[in-house]
Amino acid sequence: MSDILSLASENLLSPIILSFVLGLLAALARSDLTFPEAAAKALSIYLLFAIGFKGGVSVAGHGLDATLGATLLAGVALSAVLPFVAFALLRLMSRLDRLNAAAVAGHYGSISIVTFLAGSSLLAQRGVDAEGYMVAVAAVMEAPAILSALWIVSRGGESRFDANLLREILLNGSIVLLVGAFAIGWITGQDGMQKIQPFIGAPFQGVLCLFLLDMGLIAGRGLRRTRASLGMGVIAFGIVMPLLGSLAGLGAASLLGLSLGGTILLMILAACASYIAVPAAMRVAMPEADPSIYLTLSLGVTFPFNLAVGIPIYYALALVARGGF
Amino acid sequence: MKTHHAKRVTIIIEAPMRRRLEEAFGKAGVTGYTIVPVLGGSGRSGRWSSEGQVGLSGGMVQFVSVIRPDRLDALLDAAFDLVENHIGVVTVSDCGVLRAERF
Repeated sequence: MSDILSLASENLLSPIILSFVLGLLAALARSDLTFPEAAAKALSIYLLFAIGFKGGVSVAGHGLDATLGATLLAGVALSAVLPFVAFALLRLMSRLDRLNAAAVAGHYGSISIVTFLAGSSLLAQRGVDAEGYMVAVAAVMEAPAILSALWIVSRGGESRFDANLLREILLNGSIVLLVGAFAIGWITGQDGMQKIQPFIGAPFQGVLCLFLLDMGLIAGRGLRRTRASLGMGVIAFGIVMPLLGSLAGLGAASLLGLSLGGTILLMILAACASYIAVPAAMRVAMPEADPSIYLTLSLGVTFPFNLAVGIPIYYALALVARGGF
Repeated sequence: MKTHHAKRVTIIIEAPMRRRLEEAFGKAGVTGYTIVPVLGGSGRSGRWSSEGQVGLSGGMVQFVSVIRPDRLDALLDAAFDLVENHIGVVTVSDCGVLRAERF
């Protein structure tokens, strides 16, 4: 029990979580603290490149694991299946109509790379190694959930699929950058890492703090403006769904025989909700769905829950499942 | 100085729809337009701001185009299919231009 408490406090009192809290409180208190759009995008490009590159270098160093292909497939399957679970749960727990429930559900199979980064940071702090290719798993989990959500909503009426949208989903900028940086890291290996280590190594945690400060500001502004439009059932869903997702991730990781670190990261990926790729796709494919519901739920409820409470819970669950506690 | 009658069309639309609206302009034969970033605002869907956004979903863009009056219907028909279900505003106003052959 003391180990769990120490893990929780270590996570809560880390600079990245406190930066998020600062942003959240500043926005709720109506401070004029803001990030220019271009600065926020530059920070996200840096983080995606750095995490992709590091993952590629790790795979180059340790070699390809036999479970890589199976883990990628498991990631795709989790991303595709979780929206159906989320949709059923939303229809049960909330009064959302079919369209809004499908739009929200799509967010819960896709991923939040920042939650993944926060989880990776906690693992690094505690000296827990994870499979380097988990970054590639994160990349393949972005898109299938969107297709599942489109399928759910297309069943009841006109098709929401179109060739342009599919291309945009699959070539989404964050996927291209993550996979591309992973490939560069894999090709250049440790030599490449030595050349750009001062850029992607030391500043990483500081940049992540600034990015989370901005995420806190966005989440706080969203909550301030739209919290009244979320019913209790929808808010409860934003907390229950990540827990269910993490258990699905735990089951998949156990079947695959992933390391402790890999298990925790797969749980985090299955538990988090997208707030970048999926909302943009939903605005194109389902313009009638209310963006204030899915954006506020994903960014204002599930994201902070995962950062503050979820990640330590998933860590503890993974340890319990391996008999570590 | 003599001016020529023209129409000024402005369309404020969700940022994820930008590329599609550019294509609609092209299909309508309108090759001259400017896309302007917008900072924030408020409307039927509530307040919004582009500050700090890393994704497209929370942002809007504004298209501004000055066209010959005979091209207006084709442009509005092409744009309406896109704008109909989306958050946005379309306005048309009269304006004068100095060099009519450029529009």
